[in-house]
Amino acid sequence: MQQEAMAREGSSGIPAAQFRQGSALRQLWATNLEVFQRDKMALFGLIVFAVFALVALLAPQIAPNDPLIPLKDANGDWISNTLPYWLAEPGEDLEEGYTNTFLLGTTNIGRDIFSQLIHGSRAALLVGFSAAAAVAVIGTVIGLLAGYYGGWVDTILMRAADVAFGIPFIPFIIVIAAFFDPSIWNVVIAMAILLWRDTGRVIRSQVLVIKEQAFVSAARVSGASNLRIIFVYIAPSILPLSFLYGSFAIAWAILTEASVSFLGFSDPETISWGFMLQDAFLSLALTRGAFYWIIPPGLCIMLTVMAGFFIGRGYEEVLFPRLRRM
Amino acid sequence: MSRGVVTYIVGRFLQSVMVLWIIVTLLFLLFRLAPGNPIANYIDVNFTREQELNLLARFGLDKPLHEQYIVYLVNLFKLDLGETFSYAGRSVLDILKEDLPNTIYLTLSSLLVAYGVGVLGGIAMAALRGSLFERVGTTFTLMTRAAPTFWVGMLLLTFFAFQWKLLPSSGIGPALVRYRWETEWDKLMSPVFWRHMILPTFTLAVYLHGLPLLLMRSNMLEVLDQDYVTMSRLAGYSEWRVMIQTAARNAMLPVLTALTLGIGYSIGGNVVIEVVYSWPGLGRTLVDAVQESDYPLAQGAFFLIAVIIVIMNFIADILYSLLDPRVGASAQAQVS
Repeated sequence: MQQEAMAREGSSGIPAAQFRQGSALRQLWATNLEVFQRDKMALFGLIVFAVFALVALLAPQIAPNDPLIPLKDANGDWISNTLPYWLAEPGEDLEEGYTNTFLLGTTNIGRDIFSQLIHGSRAALLVGFSAAAAVAVIGTVIGLLAGYYGGWVDTILMRAADVAFGIPFIPFIIVIAAFFDPSIWNVVIAMAILLWRDTGRVIRSQVLVIKEQAFVSAARVSGASNLRIIFVYIAPSILPLSFLYGSFAIAWAILTEASVSFLGFSDPETISWGFMLQDAFLSLALTRGAFYWIIPPGLCIMLTVMAGFFIGRGYEEVLFPRLRRM
Repeated sequence: MSRGVVTYIVGRFLQSVMVLWIIVTLLFLLFRLAPGNPIANYIDVNFTREQELNLLARFGLDKPLHEQYIVYLVNLFKLDLGETFSYAGRSVLDILKEDLPNTIYLTLSSLLVAYGVGVLGGIAMAALRGSLFERVGTTFTLMTRAAPTFWVGMLLLTFFAFQWKLLPSSGIGPALVRYRWETEWDKLMSPVFWRHMILPTFTLAVYLHGLPLLLMRSNMLEVLDQDYVTMSRLAGYSEWRVMIQTAARNAMLPVLTALTLGIGYSIGGNVVIEVVYSWPGLGRTLVDAVQESDYPLAQGAFFLIAVIIVIMNFIADILYSLLDPRVGASAQAQVS
């Protein structure tokens, strides 16, 4: 994603975003409204997030079993590698007194896959939204400061962005995750440290344009302080851009969390879709062709990531009409 | 090349060296954050205090931090990356030398496939704008960008390696007969090696083709609106010639920049795929090293990946400024 942004913008020559006139909050609201009214795909993305958020909130109520506890039958044996009931031969029940009710079967140690899938939405959304918020906030503030003050502030912040662009992202997260106690927050922290770079650069270049406009000079003449000009006059205009990069960051964060969990650097007590796939991979679900185990977590990741993409593209079309329908 | 461009390149080069130095410093500090003593895993419980101190001295860990830092910089400069903990004391450089070519082969072959498909696909999408083919194609490409690569790899493995048994599932050679090629050239000439490369290459290409395709498509649409394209249409050139010779050539430039950046970022991003396919490359070595607390090796692999990224970023910037004269001018203004 960072490449995409860089390739599109190069090192300069970013197309000027179209900004609205009017009071700060109203224009932000109007932009948001336009994105979801105009773009059906963005609306679809929003609905996907809403549904998954609901599932995440109600996970303990929806999930039929505990996602971590291996289920045992009457004899105390694990109910392992059970097929989903709609795939199993009719009448072929597990053990006496235990009917197969598993929507997506069980893992090799008898954990309920469907329940894991439901609980996995929690990690994905938690990481996705908090990392995106961190990236958007840090990138926005850095972009505002660099663009507005210029001079050595700009130089230092943009060289810092260069450094961030030079650090390999996944390897960095792996090292961070390995050095601290395993937790989903490692991914959030590592993303916050590195991924503000795209947002920061783009917002800086927009601020360079905006600060030359009349209303900024007017504010300065009327005695507004620098910080007031930055956060009250300039910031609202570039907030839709932060939303744009934030939406892409959600997608990026969910993918990253999945990769890091797949590599085995996540907290084993937290179920995530990436963890489920790692579990399947290590338990040879592939050789057994256990599609009921492999496919659902991947589809969930794909769906939520696409939701982030769609919303991001929705903002892009409203903010950069030049790119529209191209 | 004007003098301005040369000044820009030199300035950009010095900047890259600075960036690399800062990254190297951060790396040094980061690995001092490692839990416990960097050689804790290496020290046997039966070690006497003296043995332990000897070991610390051997790795230079008994000196104050700033002296360690100087030693570290000097060693890096001499490409002395230290000794591994987990490979019976083989040098880090030795291990990385073995891994780097494998990672490069995988990266280049997948980028080649991805950019070939992406550029041609992008031209087709632009030519067939508004058709059903274009809508289905673009949606499919977006889906491939949203699917986690390791998951795509798992699905391909399940079908091609395990269900249909068409292709090998892991490594660069058969696992039982330990394949040892005398030289890299022998390896590259070996059909066995290429057979092992098919699945990982294809998996990465599934993900990587999206960027050039979407980029090419939107560049084409932009270029097709330009006057010179209209002119060549009016001049009576065939639609095919307009598309390929006039439009595609100009639309290619940003894709080239993306490819250069892509080399650097793919080498860092291949990690997950190398693990899925047990591909003996830099990424997998990094993951193994971190898991086994082999810090010198992890640090060395990280350093090498960062160096490649910084170099590729530098080349991409230069390429961009040479291809687009407007940037040359503004870049000149930035440097001076």
